[in-house]
Amino acid sequence: MSYLVLTGIQKRFPGGTVAVQDFNLEAARGEFVSFLGPSGCGKTTTLRMIAGFETPTEGRISIDGADITDRPPNQRNVGMVFQSYALFPNMTVADNIGFGLRVRRRPAEQIRKRTAELLALINLPDKGDRYPYQLSGGQQQRVALARALAFEPTVLLLDEPLSALDAKIRVALRHEIRSIQRQLGITTVYVTHDQEEALSLSDRVVVMSEGRMEQVGTPFEIYNFPTTPFVASFVGQLNIVPASIIDSGTGALTVAGQAVRVQRAFTGSSGRKVNIAIRPEMVSLGPGPDGSNRLTGTVSEVSFLGSIVRIRVRVGGDSGPLVSLDEFNEPTLVLPEVGATAQLSFPAQGPLVLDPNVEVGESVEELIAET
Amino acid sequence: MSQTADMHGARTATRSGRRRFRWTFVGVLPFLAFAALFLVLPTLYLVVGSFQSKAGAFTLDNFFHLTSTYTAGAYEASIEISLVTAVAGGILGFLLAYAVIAGGLPGPIRSLIMTFSGVASNFAGVPLALAFTFTIGRTGFITALLMAVGINPYANGFTIYSKIGLELVYLYFQLPLMVLIIAPAIDGLRREWREASENLGATSAQYWRHVALPILLPSILGSVILLFGNAFGAQATAYALTGGFIPLVTIVIGQQLSGDALGDKNLGYALAIGMVAIMGVTLVAYSWLTRRAERWQR
Amino acid sequence: MTGEIDRLHPEAAVLSGPRPKPRAPRGRGRVAVSWIVLIASVAYFLLPLLGTLIFSLRDRPWYQAYSDTLADAQLYRAFGFSLVIAVITVILSVVLLVPTAYWVRLRLPRLRPFVEFVTLLPFVIPPIVLVYGLLTTFNAPPLPLTTSDLGANVLLVCAYVVLSFPYMYRAIDTGLRVIDIRTLTEASQSLGAGWLTIMWRVILPNLRVAILSGAFLTLAIVVGEFTIANFLARPMFAVYLQLISGNLAYEPAAVALFSFAITWASMGVIALIGRGSGRRVEITGAH
Repeated sequence: MSYLVLTGIQKRFPGGTVAVQDFNLEAARGEFVSFLGPSGCGKTTTLRMIAGFETPTEGRISIDGADITDRPPNQRNVGMVFQSYALFPNMTVADNIGFGLRVRRRPAEQIRKRTAELLALINLPDKGDRYPYQLSGGQQQRVALARALAFEPTVLLLDEPLSALDAKIRVALRHEIRSIQRQLGITTVYVTHDQEEALSLSDRVVVMSEGRMEQVGTPFEIYNFPTTPFVASFVGQLNIVPASIIDSGTGALTVAGQAVRVQRAFTGSSGRKVNIAIRPEMVSLGPGPDGSNRLTGTVSEVSFLGSIVRIRVRVGGDSGPLVSLDEFNEPTLVLPEVGATAQLSFPAQGPLVLDPNVEVGESVEELIAET
Repeated sequence: MSQTADMHGARTATRSGRRRFRWTFVGVLPFLAFAALFLVLPTLYLVVGSFQSKAGAFTLDNFFHLTSTYTAGAYEASIEISLVTAVAGGILGFLLAYAVIAGGLPGPIRSLIMTFSGVASNFAGVPLALAFTFTIGRTGFITALLMAVGINPYANGFTIYSKIGLELVYLYFQLPLMVLIIAPAIDGLRREWREASENLGATSAQYWRHVALPILLPSILGSVILLFGNAFGAQATAYALTGGFIPLVTIVIGQQLSGDALGDKNLGYALAIGMVAIMGVTLVAYSWLTRRAERWQR
Repeated sequence: MTGEIDRLHPEAAVLSGPRPKPRAPRGRGRVAVSWIVLIASVAYFLLPLLGTLIFSLRDRPWYQAYSDTLADAQLYRAFGFSLVIAVITVILSVVLLVPTAYWVRLRLPRLRPFVEFVTLLPFVIPPIVLVYGLLTTFNAPPLPLTTSDLGANVLLVCAYVVLSFPYMYRAIDTGLRVIDIRTLTEASQSLGAGWLTIMWRVILPNLRVAILSGAFLTLAIVVGEFTIANFLARPMFAVYLQLISGNLAYEPAAVALFSFAITWASMGVIALIGRGSGRRVEITGAH
C-alpha cells in the first residue's frame, strides 16, 4: 500500500503564499489516484513536486522505497503528460515518443520497436511520420501519453490532460487513458477540476481546497459521504435549504414550517438557524416509503435535460426555499405542471446539516456501517 | 428578343460592375501613386540606366565592370563587414536576449534592455561614429586609460579607422537589432518543452541540442540574414567614421553622388542595382525562414 | 453557500485561475552566466556614451561645450528644421497610410499582401540608393525638384515618408486589427456618417496609440537621418552634427549626447503610450 508516498508535504513560495500544506498520501502500486479541486487549490503544484519541477519546502517524497525529494526532474523516471501536450514541434510523432529512450542512449532498433508498440497502444499506428501540428488535439494528447510511457516510468502523472479538448473527445479519451493504465498496471496521479472525470476514473480521489487535503476516499465515499462542507458542495450537486433546529438529540428540524428528521448526527441548540444539504437525486416526487421526510410546495420550474428531468419546487409559501429534484427521464413519466402543488420526499439518511458552528457528524466508516 | 435583353442586361451589369470595381481601388490609389512616384520610379531610372552604355544603347557591360578591382573590392569589403557583424551581432544578441528573457534575471531588466535596444538600434551615423572616436579613437578615453597602463593599441597597428574598427562600431546597432528581432522567438520557446524534456530524462545540453536550437534555428538564421542586409545598406556610420577611406558599396555610391568618382554614371547605376538585388535576396530569405519558424510556434 | 452548483457544468463553479507564473530556471550556474552576459553587454553599450560624456566635459571650463552648444543659433535652426520636417512627414504618412490600411482591410483584403510588400520595399532600397534614384529622376524636367530649395524639401519629406512606410504601416495595421473596423463602419454608416466623418471621428481616434507610436519612431528616424539629408543638401540636424565634428573639438560631443537623449526620449514615450495596448514588435534598422 505504499509505492508512491508523500509525507508532510508543504510548499511555500518566496512571496509568502503557501500553495500546499500538510499533504500526505500513500498510493499503492498500480493505483489510480486523482487530485480534485478548483483552480488554485494546490493540486497542480503537488503534482509538479512529484515530477520535480517544484521543490517542497517541507516533507519527503518517495517511490518504491527510494527517497526522490532531492533528485532533479530528469533523474526521477516519472512520466508526465502536460495540459498543453508539450509535444516537441520540430520532431515527428515517432521521434517525440522515442525521445525518452534516445536520451537514455538505447539502441536504435529497440527505440524503433518500442515506438511501434506504443503507436499501436494509442491507436495511431500510421501517424509516426506526422508532425504535431498535423494532428488533432485528441491525437496530440495520445502521443503525449505514449511519450510519457515509452521509457516505462515508475509513476505516471497527468496534469489536467483533457481540459483543452472538446467534451465528446474528453469522454472517449478518458476511457482510453484508464484502460491503458489498467493494462500497464502503472501507478498514476491524475489532476483535474472536473469531478466527473475524477469520479469515473479513479480508485481513490483526493479532494483539495486552498492547499489542503479536504478528504481522501473512493469516489463512492467522496460522493455519498462527504466529510466536510467543501467536499459536499464541490462534488456533485447539492440543495442548500435553510432550516431551524428543534432538537439536535432526535435530529428534528423544521424547513419552512414543516417537520424534517435528519439521521446524521449534529449538534446545536434549539432554534438555531442552519442549512440542510441534500442531493437532488435523493429527493423524489410523491410521498415516498414510510419513514421518509415529506415536504409540500408548489412546482416552480420543470427543466428537461435529456436523461434527467429537473424539477424545482418552492417549499411552503411564496417566499419559501427552492428544492431541486432530479427524476430519470422515462416515456411514461408524467411531468408536473408549473404552479401545481407537489409533495417531495427524501430519506432521513440523506441530508447533511451544514453551518459554520455545526460539526459534520460521524466518520466515514460509521456512516457506511449505518447504511 | 430575350437574347438582346440579356445582352443588354449583361452589358449594363458589367459596366456597373466595372464602375463599382474601380471605385474600390480609388481607396489605395494615393498610396500606390506615391510609392510609384517616389520609390518605384527612381529605382526604375537606376535599373534602366544600369543597362545602358554612355551612348544610351542597351548593354550588360556595366555589370561586368562591377568585377573591376575598385568595385569588386567595395563589394568584398561590404560583404565581409556585413557578414562579420551579422554573425557576431547574431550570436551576442541572441545571448543577451536569452539572458534577459529566459535566463533568470529580474523581470524589469527585460523591458529596460528592450527599450534600450530600440534606442541603440537607431543610434547610428554621425553620433555613433563620434562616440566611438571619443572612446577608442586616437584620443579616446579608453585609449588614454590603456596607454596609462602601458598598452598602446595604436602602436600595434590597431586603428578604429579600419574594417575591424568599423565592425566594432556596427555591432552597436546590430546587437540590439538582433535582440529586438529574436525576442518573440525566445518568448515562443514554451516552458513546457523544457519541462517535458527534463521529465523525459534529458540534460540541459540535450535539451538545447534536440529541442531548443532546432526550434529556434529558422528564426536565428532569418535574423542573421536581416542583420546582414542592415549592415550592407548602411552608409552614414561608415562615412562619418572613415570619411570614405574604406571603400564600401554604399560609400562608393555616395562618392558617385558627390562627384563622379567612378567616372561612369552607368556603372554607378549598376552598383546601386547590384545592391538592391542583394537586399532583395536577403529579404526573401528572411521572410521564408520566418514563415517556417512561425509554423512551429503555434 | 446558497443555491445550486450545476453538475452538468462543473467548471462554472470554478473560477478560472491564473496559470503558474514562469519560474526562474533552477541551476544557479545559468543565472550567473546571464548576469555575466548582461554586465558585459551593458559595459559595451555604456562605454561609448561615457566617452562622449567625458569629451564633452573636457573643455575649460567644463561646461564650455554645453554653453557653446546652447548658444549656437545654427543648432536651433538645424534641430527646428528637422522637427518641422519630421512633423510634416508624420502627417503626410498618416494621411496616406491610414485610409489605405483601412481600405485594404475593409474592402480589398486580397490586395493586402501586395500592399504589405510595397511597404517593405524601403528595406530593399536603402537610403543611399533611394537618394541616388531620387536625384537622378528629379534632376531634370518634367520634375526638376532638385533645383530649388522648396523642391529639395519636398523631395526630402517624400523620401522620409517612404522610409517610414514599414514602421507606420505596421503600427497602423496592428492598431486596425485590434478594433473591429467593419462593425464600426457599418454602425457609423447606418447612423448617416460619410467616409470623411468615419475616418476623422471614428477610425483615427481609435488609432491614437498606434499612430503615436509610429509617429515617435518616425521622429527619431528623421532627426537622426544623415544620408538623404546630406545628399539633398538639406540643413538637417545630423548634417549639422557632421559639419561641426570636422571643425570643433568638444561641442560635437555635447550635441551627440543631446541627439542620443532625443532618441531615448522618443522611445521612452513610445514605451509609455504602448503600455497596455499589447505587444508591439518593432523592426528598426539604423544606418
